[in-house]
Amino acid sequence: MPKPDTLQGALDLLILKILFHRSPLHGYAIMTGIQEISDDALRVEEGSLYPALHRMEEAGWLRGRWIHKPNGRRARVYELSPAGKKQLEAEEARWNHVTAAVNRVLRMA
Amino acid sequence: MSIWSRIANTLRRGDRLNSEIDEELQSHLQEAIESGRDPAEAHRALGNTLRFREQALNFRILPWLDSLKMDAIFGWRQVRKNKITSTAAVLSLALGIGACTAAFRLIDALLLRPLPISDPANLYQVLRRMPGDNGGTETLESWSYPGFAQMRQAVKGKAELIAVSFAYPSDISYDADAEMEKVNLQWVSGWTFSSFGLHAAVGRLFSESDDATPGGSPVAVISNDYWTRRFGRDPNVVGRTFRMGQIVYQIIGVIDGPFSGTETGTMTGVYVPTMMSRKVQQTGAFWMRTLLRFLPGANVELVRQQLAATSRAFEEERLRGVPREVLERHLNQQLLLESAASGASNLQSDYRSSLWMLAALTALVLLIACANVANLMTAQAESRRREMAVRVSLGAGRARLVRLVMLEGVWIALLAAAAGCAFASWAAPFVVSRINPVTNPARLWLPFDFRLFSFAILLTVLVALIFGSVPALRTSQIMPARVLKGGDDPKAHRRLMYLLICGQVAFCFLVLQATGLFVVTFQRLTNRPVGFSPERVLMMEAVSTQPQPPAIWEQELEHLRSVPGVESAALSDMYLLSGWATNYFISVNGAPPNMVLTQMLDISPGWLHVMRIPLLSGRDFRTEDVYPGAAIVNQAFAREYFNGQDAVGRRFEIPSEHNQRLGFEIVGLCGDAAYLDVHQPLPPQAYFPFLSLDAAGQPHENRGAVIMLRTSASDPMSMAAVLRREVRAGRAEFRISNLLAQTDINQAQTVRERLLAMLSIFFAGVALLLAGVGLYGVLNHSVVQRRREIGIRMAVGAQAAGVARLVTSRMVAAVLAGAATGLIVGLLGANRLQALLFQVQATDATMLMLPLAAIAGIAVLATIPAVLRAVHIDPLMMLRTE
Repeated sequence: MPKPDTLQGALDLLILKILFHRSPLHGYAIMTGIQEISDDALRVEEGSLYPALHRMEEAGWLRGRWIHKPNGRRARVYELSPAGKKQLEAEEARWNHVTAAVNRVLRMA
Repeated sequence: MSIWSRIANTLRRGDRLNSEIDEELQSHLQEAIESGRDPAEAHRALGNTLRFREQALNFRILPWLDSLKMDAIFGWRQVRKNKITSTAAVLSLALGIGACTAAFRLIDALLLRPLPISDPANLYQVLRRMPGDNGGTETLESWSYPGFAQMRQAVKGKAELIAVSFAYPSDISYDADAEMEKVNLQWVSGWTFSSFGLHAAVGRLFSESDDATPGGSPVAVISNDYWTRRFGRDPNVVGRTFRMGQIVYQIIGVIDGPFSGTETGTMTGVYVPTMMSRKVQQTGAFWMRTLLRFLPGANVELVRQQLAATSRAFEEERLRGVPREVLERHLNQQLLLESAASGASNLQSDYRSSLWMLAALTALVLLIACANVANLMTAQAESRRREMAVRVSLGAGRARLVRLVMLEGVWIALLAAAAGCAFASWAAPFVVSRINPVTNPARLWLPFDFRLFSFAILLTVLVALIFGSVPALRTSQIMPARVLKGGDDPKAHRRLMYLLICGQVAFCFLVLQATGLFVVTFQRLTNRPVGFSPERVLMMEAVSTQPQPPAIWEQELEHLRSVPGVESAALSDMYLLSGWATNYFISVNGAPPNMVLTQMLDISPGWLHVMRIPLLSGRDFRTEDVYPGAAIVNQAFAREYFNGQDAVGRRFEIPSEHNQRLGFEIVGLCGDAAYLDVHQPLPPQAYFPFLSLDAAGQPHENRGAVIMLRTSASDPMSMAAVLRREVRAGRAEFRISNLLAQTDINQAQTVRERLLAMLSIFFAGVALLLAGVGLYGVLNHSVVQRRREIGIRMAVGAQAAGVARLVTSRMVAAVLAGAATGLIVGLLGANRLQALLFQVQATDATMLMLPLAAIAGIAVLATIPAVLRAVHIDPLMMLRTE
């Protein structure tokens, strides 16, 4: 099975989308969230997830902050920023546009 | 982890983020294990935490740093690949940077660096400015102590006045029978050191009570530098005594820190209280500077006015009885407060304009070098146009190309700066060692410190920007399509090169013009007749442990005449061109004195003969002639007072301080001789007998005198050791405190002019060489670039002369334009130079023609190879290769 996250834009979209619905989430929850919703079809690897999170935070789409969990540990949770919401819309539109195009090609074939 | 990511980590965000990333990943791991994942598998999935850290942090900074590193390495390779060009560029820039840094080092040490005292900005020198003899103004910095004391009283509570004498090279001896030593000594107020915020390294410094009564406390403080050099930092120095004149002084302490006096350029070793000078009570002895420090809340202008009023009242009182017009002129003076944050010394006033001139010359040379390197690099960039065009078409940004070329420039600038600093570290002390008149050699504190370092860095950056930006901008304008097709506009890129040539020639003209003027000045001064013959003459300052009657001095002289190699010997109270003068207004036939000072010297019979000053009429002194009574005058004196008629047998008088008049009969007339300064016209002079009688008719006893010897040795200094011994052999009480060849004393007069001439010749040579290389380089480059065009022209029948004209026409235009610019700037700036010149006008036509001729010569020399290359182009060969 090909790795879904090898498609670059897809990972960003997935992270944005899941944070749009359930925020705030920490990294592990994002990872398992994507896995659950896609019925195990899509797996995000840690090695891709965290650099992506930091890059998106750097770009201002996400806001990260530290929360205290009941067990006394700290966890870093992320939520969408207004810029992230805009980015989500744009990414979604682009994705739909691309998949529609791909579908058309498939139908024709 | 690579070195770059380590740099990246410290550059951005830093450790806080690293630890946060670690914590975040730890918490991730915890979650995974809690939700039932295999711990080992979870760890594996996470991988090396460092990897995340790098990826998260470096995704922006790393590529930038990496590409910078790549460009730097590439630039370095280019520098190394073009070894000859790079070496030429580095050397010429190194010379320019080194010379500029050395000039800055000197200027900083002498004129800018604040004294190592507390709050140096609040240190002023009190000066008087009055109309001078010939239209200009004259600044007086010397004060008498009684006048100083009155001024100090007048501004008490508002400002503190500090008296510091000029630094005198003085004779002291540490043990009763030891040889004399020369040490720079200053008389200073007792409160000087506390006001300067200085402390003692050992012992104590002066207090106000050390400076309360004349002759009251024979104590001395020494500088740290002198303590180190003379005593090897021996703490037992406190309590040691030395003898100066008749007085024995005790050292009470050593100053902590680098402070070595306020006379920048002279390092003072020993300080004694002003009250120990016998001049402290004389109203007419001007022997010290007045320094001032404002107290908090003082009104500056009010203090100045109070000082001016007090000084004027004092002078009016002192000069009671002086002719009205002399008094008027003298009192028409303005009192000034000038910053003394960097000290106050004669060296500063003598060398201020010379050093700035030197700095200007070095800056011009540096600019010429910059223009050269800019042209070299532009030429090199031209030959890399195809490479650059390929880069652009492959997607390299313009900014990246600029950086690529600039980095090459940075390498060259860095190498040049390193070589330049090495040059400066040698050059600055070398120049100081040239400011070495035997009468008062300069010593400057020349630290290699933060100020100098920042100057060198700043200069390097500036230089890299100047010469690097030209080729870099040219590169960034590359049109890849045109370049790769080979149809690039060949003229566009040469316009800038010719502009640079034009600038180079203009700068070169200025350097040459200044050089010509300085060399002529030095020549005129050296060839100027001094009126006596200094060759083979030795000057010995002799001192005796106690005052000696004239007969004993005569005996000593007689002994020296018997020494083999001594031709003749005579005594005087001073020597010619010593920098010191005795002068008075004189009166003829009871008339009031006119305003021309007569310079005076006491001499023994035979002195005129030793010096070879011709006796024109009358006779020399005889042993029975005494002061007051007989006098010998010079021609200038006879012109001034007797309309040039023979003065022998005439009389004149000196009005002395107590309204007495001393009368003299002129027994001889002699030739004019330089007395105080070779720059000035030979002054009216009067010579008096060395043998002087006091009011009671008793002969005056002298503790010191000058013995002038004419020797038969071609180098009179070779007799120094023998003479030192013979002086003591003649009489045990006598010592030599100073021994100099008269030729050295004469040369000391023109040290500044010699230095300027020497250094400017050096810079002129460098400037000419650089300009020549620049011309050659650009012309050669343009011939190479146009070889196809030239080939075609020759193929269709162009003659060699036509080709030569073709390749040189723009160059000739650029050189002419540059020379014209230089000429105009030189004429405009001429009056800035005039103060440093002697008997030559900065606007003199010949002085302007010389640089033009030199530039024309070097331009022809630089053009010939390129022209030859052009006319020897074989059209067939050329066209076939394209």
